[in-house]
Amino acid sequence: MKLRTLTLGLLSASALAFAAHAESITIATVNNGDMVRMQKLTDDFTKANPDIQLNWVTLEENVLRERVTTDIATKGGQYDVMTIGTYEVPIWAKQSWLLPLDKLGDDYDVKDIIPAIAGGLSVDGKLYAAPFYGESSFVMYRKDLMEKAGLKMPDAPTWDFVKQAADKMTDRANGVNGVCLRGKAGWGENMAFLTAMSNSFGARWFDENWKPQFDQPEWKNTLQFYVDLMKADGPEGASSNGFNENLALFQQGKCGMWIDATVAASFVSDPKASQVADKVGYALAPDNGLGKRGNWLWAWSLAIPAGTQKADAAQKFVSWATSKHYAELVASKEGWANVPPGTRSSLYANAEYQKAAPFAKMTLDSINAADPTHPTVKPVPYVGVQFVAIPEFQGLGTTVGQLFSAALAGQSSVDDALKQAQDAATAAMTEGGYIK
Amino acid sequence: MARAVTTQHKTIATAAAWIVALLIFFPILYTIITSFKSEQEAIQGFNLIPSGTFESYTEVQARSGYFKFFFNSVLLSVGSTILALLVAIPAAWSMAFSPTKRTKDILMWMLSTKMMPAVAVLFPIYLIFRDSGLLDSRIGLMIMLMLINLPIVVWMLYTYFREIPGEILEAARMDGASLWNEIIYVLTPMAVPGIASTMLLNIILAWNEAFWTIRLTTTNAAPLTAFISSFSSPQGLFWAKLSAASTLAIAPILIMGWFSQKQLVRGLTFGAVK
Repeated sequence: MKLRTLTLGLLSASALAFAAHAESITIATVNNGDMVRMQKLTDDFTKANPDIQLNWVTLEENVLRERVTTDIATKGGQYDVMTIGTYEVPIWAKQSWLLPLDKLGDDYDVKDIIPAIAGGLSVDGKLYAAPFYGESSFVMYRKDLMEKAGLKMPDAPTWDFVKQAADKMTDRANGVNGVCLRGKAGWGENMAFLTAMSNSFGARWFDENWKPQFDQPEWKNTLQFYVDLMKADGPEGASSNGFNENLALFQQGKCGMWIDATVAASFVSDPKASQVADKVGYALAPDNGLGKRGNWLWAWSLAIPAGTQKADAAQKFVSWATSKHYAELVASKEGWANVPPGTRSSLYANAEYQKAAPFAKMTLDSINAADPTHPTVKPVPYVGVQFVAIPEFQGLGTTVGQLFSAALAGQSSVDDALKQAQDAATAAMTEGGYIK
Repeated sequence: MARAVTTQHKTIATAAAWIVALLIFFPILYTIITSFKSEQEAIQGFNLIPSGTFESYTEVQARSGYFKFFFNSVLLSVGSTILALLVAIPAAWSMAFSPTKRTKDILMWMLSTKMMPAVAVLFPIYLIFRDSGLLDSRIGLMIMLMLINLPIVVWMLYTYFREIPGEILEAARMDGASLWNEIIYVLTPMAVPGIASTMLLNIILAWNEAFWTIRLTTTNAAPLTAFISSFSSPQGLFWAKLSAASTLAIAPILIMGWFSQKQLVRGLTFGAVK
């Protein structure tokens, strides 16, 4: 009896000692399929690192952005790993808010990260965030409706072709809209699409001296084309539609074409969720022959705030979650189609992945077609394809997004929206000290 | 004839009340219905008849431990309410029974703090919490919830206390009751219905508070508002799961509200017909 008590005591003491020794790191992340899957697979990490415990905080994207920004700006120290995007990384790295990722391990193979993605997450050649999944945007279209319209979608269509195809595919009587595009106001909603689209029309947010360019003909051409296209062939109430609304419409067979994030491909081709899963084709985002396509580049990435006390443990976790090993782990448990896309070249060289994900090649081509450091036809003083990587952009982008959304809803004319956008941008740039 | 008209009026009024009640309740009802649908059913337009699957509930429970968030919600809403009552009862007592020229101004000033958008003070509050080591702590959030609901609690109690004749308290004082005894043994028992309804309303307000409870917590103190937020996604249609999470989050407070509706309505309409 005494021996048993002693053994139990010793076991409890060692358990307590272990618990006291275990280091817990808090990871802030967004709610999407890939991130949720990662949470389910963390046993693999904790088995290899029994001294590290993981605490998850999952939040809606905008709330997450606000939470982590507040925390990092005030050095709150609530998080050890943060999920952030290509917009935040260059700004935060320049503020010295992030730790450079230089201890990812010998077998991590940094060079395997797709160059366009690595470029968006690096400052002065140093990687400040490791990509968990990357995305661009492309055209998803209904092969059956395209055939019915007597057209063939090229791999690299022009905007004129998109307009022509949308006109022919629109069948209001049967609830089919030729094209579905984002209209909901927000810097990450309609402005992500419109900024990327404007790049292909030769437009830019600012010239080399940070003078806003909404009064230039390129922006007029972009917005007029978008509004006309959506009025003729877009769904009703398009000014309220974001990613989710268009996804629902496309999955229900109500869109001929949808130009949006490449990550949508796995949703629209999933027979469990989509009524048109076997009828979807993919093409590069359209262009106007000016050398830039209307596609964006984004990567949800894991970064470590400079204020963390647990940098080594955090870096171990980031290394695990963005490694080749993790891709293999997902493939072994849930199939290759579920491996987070858009981060590593080796994934796209993998024959099994290519077979499981028919949209793989087009995703890679789309990512490669985006260049965050040279996003526009004319020179610009900023980086970012569908955003301008300056702190003022979130507020300004949303203001301009509201003006353009109002133009789409018919509440104002294209000219008025552009004039107000020019005024708002000039005021913001002057206040920010960009325009002297 | 008059009786017929009255009956007719009553029927119309009842029907109108039902329609209004259904309109107000419908979003909650549809959330509950959607929680019993599959994700594919959930996006297929308006449909009041779900397939009755529990898969969303199973997934929600498997992904995040509901009970930890639930426990925090109970602790925060009840704790902040008790704290608020401890501060508000003496405050309302002094304003109701020893008013000064400035009492009304003070009451208005207290209420005016509710008119300010919470985000305006996010940074100062965040810094205070950080420096006091209160980030992600239950006690910190309890204090925060107490403070934001305090104006309403004081106002409600003030209204109830004013209904109590001051002579009764004077009589207690003449009998030698101390201030403390006066509040505990005379005032409080007479104001129990008012205090109960204030308490219920404050619990509901604290339970539903989503700005500070999401922004000042990470894992330890996160209540059900953070639980719901973790199922919202701008990229991906997870409406059934989000509905299941919402149903789980509102169910306890909905049940509590249902059982205490008489007290709530009585408390909220107290003094309204003067």
